[in-house]
Amino acid sequence: MTTKTLNASAAGLGFLPAVFAIVLGLGVVTLTGHVQAAALHDAAHDVRHATGFPCH
Amino acid sequence: MTPRMTCVTQLASPATKQMYTRILTSALFAGAAAGLIAALLQLVFVQPVLLHAELYESGELVHFGGTPVSAHPELPGFDLMRDSLSIVFTMLTYTGYTLVMVALMSMAEGRGAAINARTGLIWGIAGFIAFHLAPGFTLAPEVPGVAAADVGDRQVWWTATVATAGAAMWLIAYGGNKISYLIAVALLMAPHLIGAPEPDSFSGPVPTEIGALFAARAFGVGLAAWALVGTFAGYFWQTEGERAEASA
Repeated sequence: MTTKTLNASAAGLGFLPAVFAIVLGLGVVTLTGHVQAAALHDAAHDVRHATGFPCH
Repeated sequence: MTPRMTCVTQLASPATKQMYTRILTSALFAGAAAGLIAALLQLVFVQPVLLHAELYESGELVHFGGTPVSAHPELPGFDLMRDSLSIVFTMLTYTGYTLVMVALMSMAEGRGAAINARTGLIWGIAGFIAFHLAPGFTLAPEVPGVAAADVGDRQVWWTATVATAGAAMWLIAYGGNKISYLIAVALLMAPHLIGAPEPDSFSGPVPTEIGALFAARAFGVGLAAWALVGTFAGYFWQTEGERAEASA
């Protein structure tokens, strides 16, 4: 029983950490690069221009 | 009875936990290091061009008037609040990039690819193409003050272009057959053939010389930063893996 679950975990859930990191990473980039809230936009303004994001 | 209990707690097996730690640790180290250097490069090479453009954006300087305007005005110097925020946000942005890159590296290693600082350099260049060069090929890095279409429309196009270019990079690296190369070429070209949202008219008050220098500097610093992203991501992925093995 235990062995079976371990196998399922290795095969089926092995990609979960990678998916989690990709979602987290894209979330961070969306926040710093795209969200138009005024405070975020002003703080990230120079970075958005320098990094090639559409800014305003 | 005990094995049944073990079954339930296997959702996060030690191997899975170790994988979370390895991905997050490598990505944070690589993102912070590459982001800090990128921020300093931007402050030295991009920020003066941006500040120069803002003098025209605000109307403080006007070109094509009656008299020629000096190309070397006095620029505002280092602004502690503004530039510190830029450093923090650059480090955050590049940490976002390294989280995605290290995750993809872990998948590629699972398929047998060698991941280290040397191969990481190629990953970094591919990342630059996907996240910076591809969208910038049609939506050129914008100096403050340029005329541009609605920001929401441009963000949709930017995101779609990054997604298609990223998929193309993966297909070129791991597709392994002629069809995948053809699909990659189509994915790379499609957003630019379709075209990005464009402004209805040109109203930018910034001299073309400044706009061109800004785009060149943004791409140059971007390439340097992404080369570091890939190299650091590959390096930390490898060393964190060795450390985990040694302590296991």
